[in-house]
Amino acid sequence: MVWDWLPEYLPRFMEGLWLTVQLLVISIVIGMTLAIPIGLVQVTGPRPLAWLAKGFCTVVRGTPLLIQLWLIYYGVGSLFPSIPGIRESFLWPYLRDAFPYAILAFSISVAGYEGEVMRGAFRGVPKGELEAARAIGMSPFQVLRRVWLPRAVQNVFPTLTGEFILTLKATPLAATITIYEAFGISSIVRQETYRIYEPLLFVAFLYICLSAILILLFRYLENKIPKRSA
Amino acid sequence: MQNVFEVLAYSPPGWGGALLRGLLNTVQIALGAYLLGLLIGLFGAFGKIYGGPVLRWSLEIYTTLIRAVPELVLILLLYYAGADFLNFLLESMGFERIDINPLVAGIYVIGFVQGAYSTEVFRGAFYAVPTGQIEAAKAIGMSSWKCHTRVVIPAMIPFAISGLANLWLIATKETALLAVVGFSELALVTKQATGSTKAYLPLYLAAAGLYLSVTLASNVIFGAVERYYRRGQPVQG
Repeated sequence: MVWDWLPEYLPRFMEGLWLTVQLLVISIVIGMTLAIPIGLVQVTGPRPLAWLAKGFCTVVRGTPLLIQLWLIYYGVGSLFPSIPGIRESFLWPYLRDAFPYAILAFSISVAGYEGEVMRGAFRGVPKGELEAARAIGMSPFQVLRRVWLPRAVQNVFPTLTGEFILTLKATPLAATITIYEAFGISSIVRQETYRIYEPLLFVAFLYICLSAILILLFRYLENKIPKRSA
Repeated sequence: MQNVFEVLAYSPPGWGGALLRGLLNTVQIALGAYLLGLLIGLFGAFGKIYGGPVLRWSLEIYTTLIRAVPELVLILLLYYAGADFLNFLLESMGFERIDINPLVAGIYVIGFVQGAYSTEVFRGAFYAVPTGQIEAAKAIGMSSWKCHTRVVIPAMIPFAISGLANLWLIATKETALLAVVGFSELALVTKQATGSTKAYLPLYLAAAGLYLSVTLASNVIFGAVERYYRRGQPVQG
């Protein structure tokens, strides 16, 4: 094992790690924002919206993320240059950058998987609690914000932690669309130093550390949630 | 953009046939890897349950590390490490270096990853089998082997089946990552097709549709298998 390349590339690994964290956090925030209504309409209806949400979850969960990523980056991305005048518009620098496409793909993936989790979570909240909330005069939105959503999230918090770890482990796929996050940097090292194992082992170590931090963070948050003492 | 039907036509210059052959490779690898994973998982689970401290700890390290590292990193690591290790063995025994069949390599890499997950599924299922059933089997004089093949493992299946169905779906989707090491399964074939035709959207949509059809078909099959193995069990939920 030769590690003399490490000091030289360490700053780039730190930049890559920062990009990984950005990808992860932004996708989880956007994805969860979408997952809540996707889960909710499957429980409350109306029927056509519920079917739409169910179809969305099935398609997202039934196709590889790599294909979704390529479909969005190469497929959808290839449509934009044909729109007249778009090269001169203020949007063009963003449309040329790979990062927004990766965010879009990962957010859709998080929305699909977590929409399914949230469906079960919303369904799992006892009816009596919702009726009680309505009975004391809360508006439907208040019921959702004060009772239904907090109780649903409380029930599936450990599941969501596991799902976010899976999302973290999916971020290296972004390297295939030219985003040099942590794994992408290790590929650069591999190509420039002709060392196969050391950069891969190092990046594996980085991901293990990130997972550990994520698990500790979510365990801390989980303990913050008041639990009913049974 | 070219006509969608021309691009997706079965025979060349259309890419439909190539995509279907890619799909066949994907299914082959997924099937092989899944079976290898089940085998590793079964041994891993019983190793964790009955093994001594050394075996238990090494299995614990195996399942923890595999599940903590991104699949893409694992696939590259296992791919290179497996090839180097095999060639090292062959050379030390005085044979020539060989190029590994990509199908075998893909099965071994994904199967090794799947094994870690199915170990945990089987371990959970083992503890769900009521102890009374195992004691009853022992009481009527079954040997340990018979007790496991006739009672424990069949009784584990209903508890394991939903986890195993999930693992199969993960296996089919994980094969797409083999595109990164250059194995021509569906994802890589699609990428090559888009490279030559520039018809990005229709080709990727077609690939996604093929993966989706595998998933939907698997759901039907696993549903039937689950119903079969749950027969005679009390209805839950």
